[in-house]
Amino acid sequence: MRGIISLVCGIIFGFGLTVASMTNPEKVLGFLNIFGAWDPSLAFVMAGAILITSPMLYLQKHKVKPWFADNFSLPTFKEIDKNLIVGATLFGIGWGLIGLCPGPAIASLALLNINSIIFLISMISAFFIVQVIRR
Amino acid sequence: MTIINFTPIEAFLGGLIIGFSVVLFYIANGRIAGISGIVNNSIFSNVNRFDNILFVIGLVIGPMLYKIIINPEINFNISNSIPLLIAAGFLVGVGTKIGSGCTSGHGICGISRFSKRSIVATLIFMISAILTVFIKGLL
Repeated sequence: MRGIISLVCGIIFGFGLTVASMTNPEKVLGFLNIFGAWDPSLAFVMAGAILITSPMLYLQKHKVKPWFADNFSLPTFKEIDKNLIVGATLFGIGWGLIGLCPGPAIASLALLNINSIIFLISMISAFFIVQVIRR
Repeated sequence: MTIINFTPIEAFLGGLIIGFSVVLFYIANGRIAGISGIVNNSIFSNVNRFDNILFVIGLVIGPMLYKIIINPEINFNISNSIPLLIAAGFLVGVGTKIGSGCTSGHGICGISRFSKRSIVATLIFMISAILTVFIKGLL
């Protein structure tokens, strides 16, 4: 059952990204271009999503069990450390250079665009390199 | 300030749909729908690997479904510069891995849980991305 839910959630997520045009890097760059010709759409995506997801906090506080798992798996680490700050900064630079973040990058595989595939290969290579260095 | 290409209704609707996916993943499987983490764990972790791979596959099916039932044309305009694509992909990969999250994990899930780490991360990557676009515009 967990597998079916995962697949369905992935489909809904990818569908939502497409409805919002967030699979389009130009649209994302338009949002980030606050000091130029600005497209505020991405803020509305975040607002719509958070409006639905904010009751999650309530579920978490009341420790309701998930339907198909023994418990909620949530990040336990709470410190704001150097990794978080450096990581978020680097991610922001990469995001701003092209306008793709991991969700839309994967979803755009559906469009078979060679440029987004190059981006993805580079992104996944980076995962491997960090993984190896950490060991 | 000039506003262009603003599509508030589609954006908000898409956001609601994404939010629904995040909530379902949470109440059914007890997990946070952070895409960078899901992709990472589908490669490097044996825990829930099958679920993670299925989520990633679903993420690709989503836009295909949109093409079939709503509109066969999906706008996709991306830079043609290979070095820029490689550099950006690399930075996004390193950044989300050491920063433990991206727009979905920190930006949507984390903020909804009022996670201090996620709020800080989201502010930082937003500012860093906005500055990157600004500086790139000057060059």
